[in-house]
Amino acid sequence: MPDLAERFARHAEAYNASCPEAERLVLNVGPSHPTTHGVLRLVLELDGETIVRAEPDIGYLHRGDEKIAENMTYNQFVPYTDRLDYIAPLANNVAYALAVEKLLGWELPPRGQAIRVICCEMARISSHLLGVGCFGMDCGAMTVFLYTFTERETLYNLIEMLTGARFTTAYTRIGGMTRDLPDGFVPGLRKFLDALPARIDEVDRLLSRNRIFVDRTKDVGVISKDDAVAFGLSGPNFRACGIEFDLRRRHPYLGYEKYDFEIPVGSVGDCYDRYYCRLQEIRESVKILTQVLDSLPDGPICVQDRKGVLPPKDRVLTSMEELIHQFMLVTAGIDAPPGEIYFGHENPKGELGFYICSKGGGVPYRLKIRSPSFVNLSILPKLLSGHMIADVAAILGSLDFVMGESDR
Amino acid sequence: MNRQNLKARLDAEFPGLVEMPPEFRGETTLVVGNAGRLPEVLRFLERECAFDYLIDISGVDHMNETPRFELVYELYSYGASQHLRAKARVPEESAEVPSACDIWPTANWHEREIFDMMGIRFAGHPDLRRILMWDGYPHHPLRKDFPLEGLPCETPDGHFTQAAPMDGGPFVTRPAELAHQREPRSKSPL
Repeated sequence: MPDLAERFARHAEAYNASCPEAERLVLNVGPSHPTTHGVLRLVLELDGETIVRAEPDIGYLHRGDEKIAENMTYNQFVPYTDRLDYIAPLANNVAYALAVEKLLGWELPPRGQAIRVICCEMARISSHLLGVGCFGMDCGAMTVFLYTFTERETLYNLIEMLTGARFTTAYTRIGGMTRDLPDGFVPGLRKFLDALPARIDEVDRLLSRNRIFVDRTKDVGVISKDDAVAFGLSGPNFRACGIEFDLRRRHPYLGYEKYDFEIPVGSVGDCYDRYYCRLQEIRESVKILTQVLDSLPDGPICVQDRKGVLPPKDRVLTSMEELIHQFMLVTAGIDAPPGEIYFGHENPKGELGFYICSKGGGVPYRLKIRSPSFVNLSILPKLLSGHMIADVAAILGSLDFVMGESDR
Repeated sequence: MNRQNLKARLDAEFPGLVEMPPEFRGETTLVVGNAGRLPEVLRFLERECAFDYLIDISGVDHMNETPRFELVYELYSYGASQHLRAKARVPEESAEVPSACDIWPTANWHEREIFDMMGIRFAGHPDLRRILMWDGYPHHPLRKDFPLEGLPCETPDGHFTQAAPMDGGPFVTRPAELAHQREPRSKSPL
């Protein structure tokens, strides 16, 4: 089969031949290009500066995560989830653990749930800071990126303190977490939360009423409500179209119903709304985190299932029962019941879903990852047509996708 | 709409076509007896039962069972905040199902992915090409008879793949001579 660019070129040539004044041109963007944030390739058919037809080409970062998952125990797959949306690994860890726990029918004790909420919201702040910063940079506002990256640095230090790694966290396990909050983490996070709103206000002042930024984003890349539903958008991209939908509110998990927060919603569904929704969501995440820290319960962080979660090491070395459990868990994995579940999690990028089909035993028979970036990108052919070529940078930046997650 | 209500409406519209297995973890599943009529059922669910949002489509390869493949549609209704799963088996010999692209445009990429990974074709799909693997790749990697280590292949454009070394990897293995026999699914006879 001919390459995408070749097919587009043939189409353009045929059009040029049929119409004497036509000068259609095919432009190949990427796969490695600053505006594509990773390895997304776009083939555009241009009429002057206007895009007539557009087609994204994905798959350059395909690693076969779903195939790999079929060949591992449930716990072994946790590090692979870091590499899905690598801007927010903690949220992926939590989403995956919650999906498997749904299959197992487990629920975490209150402290474990609160720690997972902290993980999710830290990941959301980190992801949106990068999303807003990069979007600003794509539209020519370099300073914003430096501001938001400075804040992310503090956040990464906190994540390192919590998980031992800055980027590839692999923090959750099925039925709990690898470790409890370390000493000094809560004060550190409080300090960060105290400082962050002022920084967000600064970004707000730099961008939200900036003439250049507003001109490049207002009424550009408008997605209607109907299109948003038809193309299955989710996350801030979906809410920017004016639909108040948040899985944390609709189908609360991890005790999200206890926290008081708003769901920012856009009105037009253009690039500007998507930017502003993200900015507001950072503020809401700060609110949630403050409430979690204020009401942080004591107690265990893991499910108290002795056959499901690794027993304490001192017991393993002294008691026969625990030694057997440890051995079985490490070699055969958690014994999951046969059945199938779907769990959707409100990730920073949108709804990250896991469909798990289990036939019993420690290995999933089929694990499908519903990645928000993959679905959000599928609207591009419709969204880009009719726009100017300079709008591509703004539209791609505003969609805030991650190819690691899209290509899996 | 509760389970009984939904079942009754579907039975009235499609007599004997749809089954509803017992609830598992609070999720309702519909099993459509004939994959060829799946889009009709989906259209009815979208138009009449307000399941307006297609979350995801997954393909499952139930190797050594007939029919071999299964398509799993995850639907959602915004009005009722309700999740619903609809699935149907697809036989290997005629692995072709009518496309759902005209019901939900989002099905386009999901169907391309299933075609790419499982080799199930969708009739009436506007542009059924591979999406994650490159055009011209000869295999369907998520089929159960495709080994984890991969299969060597060459394509004219200079792409090539080789089997990956599996020794010392993190995968669940068992002692065996050949790498693909060490994979966990070889525990069940192929």
